[in-house]
Amino acid sequence: MEVTREPASEFRSRQLRARDMLRGDLEGAELERYVHERVITTTLDRAVSWARGNSIMPATFGLACCAIEMMSMVASRADIARFGYEAFRATPRQADLLILSGRVSIKMAPIVRRIYDQMLEPKWAIAMGACASSTGVFNNYSVVPADKFMPVDVHVPGCPPRPEALVHGVLRLRSMILGDPKLGWRERYGAEGTEEVVGPVAERESGPGADAENVFGPGDTAGA
Amino acid sequence: MPDATGLELLAQEIGKHEPDAVLDTIYFRERGTILVDPAHVRAVMDVLRDAGYRFLSSVHGVDYYPDEPRLGVLYELLDMESLDRLTVKLRVDTGAPEVDSVVDVFPTANFQEREIYDMFGVVFRGHPELRRILMPEDYEGFPQRRDFPVGGEPVIFTYNQNKVPHYTE
Amino acid sequence: MSTPPRIRDRPEDIDLAPAGQQLEAAPEEQLLTINFGPVHPSTHGVLRLLVTLEGEVVRDLSPIMGYLHTGIEKTCEDKSYWKVIPVIERMDYLAYYFNAMAFCGAVEGLLGLEVPKRAQYLRVIHLELNRIMSHMVWLGTGGLELGAISIFWYAFRDKETILDLFEMSSGQRMHTRYFQVGGVIEDIPPGFEEKVRAFCAEMPRRVDQIEAILARNEIMLQRLRHTGVADERTLLGHGVTGPLLRAAGNPWDLRKAAPYSSYEDFDFRIPVGTVGDNYDRFRVRLAEVRESVRIVEQALDGLPEGPFMVEDRKVALPPRHELGTSMEALIHHFKLVTEGYRVPPGELYYAIEGPRGELGCFVRADGSGKPARVHMRDPSFVNLQAFRDMVADGYVADLIATMAMLDPVLGGVDR
Repeated sequence: MEVTREPASEFRSRQLRARDMLRGDLEGAELERYVHERVITTTLDRAVSWARGNSIMPATFGLACCAIEMMSMVASRADIARFGYEAFRATPRQADLLILSGRVSIKMAPIVRRIYDQMLEPKWAIAMGACASSTGVFNNYSVVPADKFMPVDVHVPGCPPRPEALVHGVLRLRSMILGDPKLGWRERYGAEGTEEVVGPVAERESGPGADAENVFGPGDTAGA
Repeated sequence: MPDATGLELLAQEIGKHEPDAVLDTIYFRERGTILVDPAHVRAVMDVLRDAGYRFLSSVHGVDYYPDEPRLGVLYELLDMESLDRLTVKLRVDTGAPEVDSVVDVFPTANFQEREIYDMFGVVFRGHPELRRILMPEDYEGFPQRRDFPVGGEPVIFTYNQNKVPHYTE
Repeated sequence: MSTPPRIRDRPEDIDLAPAGQQLEAAPEEQLLTINFGPVHPSTHGVLRLLVTLEGEVVRDLSPIMGYLHTGIEKTCEDKSYWKVIPVIERMDYLAYYFNAMAFCGAVEGLLGLEVPKRAQYLRVIHLELNRIMSHMVWLGTGGLELGAISIFWYAFRDKETILDLFEMSSGQRMHTRYFQVGGVIEDIPPGFEEKVRAFCAEMPRRVDQIEAILARNEIMLQRLRHTGVADERTLLGHGVTGPLLRAAGNPWDLRKAAPYSSYEDFDFRIPVGTVGDNYDRFRVRLAEVRESVRIVEQALDGLPEGPFMVEDRKVALPPRHELGTSMEALIHHFKLVTEGYRVPPGELYYAIEGPRGELGCFVRADGSGKPARVHMRDPSFVNLQAFRDMVADGYVADLIATMAMLDPVLGGVDR
């Protein structure tokens, strides 16, 4: 489990400042900074991030061999229920984590993207295994690495990764979430302007979607 | 497995029903293969089914590039009572890759012939729904032909990471 | 004034005819085509079904595959023969030893190699353990689909034990590349035999426990009895083999019919069903687990001493201790690792009995160090053709149960 520790010197200086505050010795700019720090670090955002990170609901999305190891992670030996993540949701509307467990073929890629788009913010994605992160063993015409069509937060290497490795990956994601993340994936990856806008809204001159590039044109997913 | 003489007798029996159908017989590693003329494959399958080979294990395609005719279709037949396996082979070339479908003789050939069409481009006349099965419907090209590139992503090492577009931005 | 009788009390409102009959009398028939999947909690992987429904009754079904197509067969043409083995193992990802066995059997047939007896017995041990593991995963995921969610944890506990055994013998839990052309890659470590025997002693009791929970369970009986029935002739026409065919009454098993890899030395029975419904398939697979445990015990009892890999240095790597003393061994090692061995030209189709049916591998060799064509005849791909006949004119809920009992593995379907 990831525990972030502050360096000892910072802790000591905080102790000294707290002692000064209690004595009434802090004033002016120092007092303002003291108050500012306390208000930001104990604000609602941090509490909400704590709640979000400890109750991730993965989507039931198993593709290939890695899905078997993902099921092993849910099973009793490497048990992710101890972290609170056993509630796999079948519908992407209720899930916030997409674990891409397995090779993504060229026919499946638009469908994975569509599932990812249906998830509500904040959402994260883990590319589990070598095939999802790069193409793994299968560097050929029909396998697509996940980074080509969707943003991935954590890559877990392995073919297939052991359940313990996947648990490590999920806990890495948990520390990322707890560490005050940018919640929208477009903010995290600087992907403004990639919103998919279809229909009459696309002809707008200004406002959201004005310079959007359509990710899918009409008919793109017809072959899926 | 029929031995070499059994294979010849079988070929002769096919020849009685369908003259000029059998082009060759091959006996390799105790397995018999009968090379047939693509125009007569359905009739040959009928004869073999009546001779006892009632189970079609597998239909698969091979690309014999650069030998002509390039595309081969192999039918693996199995006789469950006498435990015999037999291969029926036919070869067509890419200019006219048409073969009669054997779906009404062996319903198991349905998906397997679709796969051969998808991967090699062999058109099976009389197949109920001949469309792509493994690749997307609008895919162009026949992937498992030998002149189709394997494809894939460039593997990124430190020496070529600046040449792969968008990698180090 | 007395209250009018409630609707359920009026005899004219109770219709005991089965649903199909009631629908035939309906004034208009409306067919609704629904898309199941490819992302659906109860498809065994990414299988898409286009189901045409009339109310709750399935009238037509069309599976659409290809969502996991990995181009394995094309990739194999690009790799030398022993590099094909890790690639081909990942096809049917629950039966990885079987995939490797089919390929190795085909190449050994082309090379004309005789695999030593100890290697054959070791192969049988690992194959049967893999069969038990595949059936346990089937049981766990099938239970999830039927609603028997606790079974998932019980079945996966046994699966973890087997994966520990695989990790002990080869270092990897899944996709172990333990089978090589000519034998197995290394001998079993000390301690492996005791662990396997402990597993074999425990496993029949675990199967008893699972049967005690499920086999007489009212819900399982209601959902699985007389649903998904397909008769033997239809199944044979569609090319179905394996537990599905055995549940329909045909005792066809390649381990008995055309024994390979010393299966003729072992004494085991073939469980066969009678009706061919989902319940029979369920019972047949559980009985197969028991028989596999017996085979593993017999293989351990009779495990002969000897080499675990063929002695032909043109094909198999020499043992490490020879590399320090023998020049030929060094040269063989170098050639094998850099170029790989060459296989004389020929074509061969080699079939084995996988957990889902006949798993065949067709290899065409053209004399070079890389195969010219590798084709895997996967049982799930062929068994899926019979799915429509199993579920037509049944309920949608029975479709889910039938799919659970059909046990398709999409890695094999799509390759």
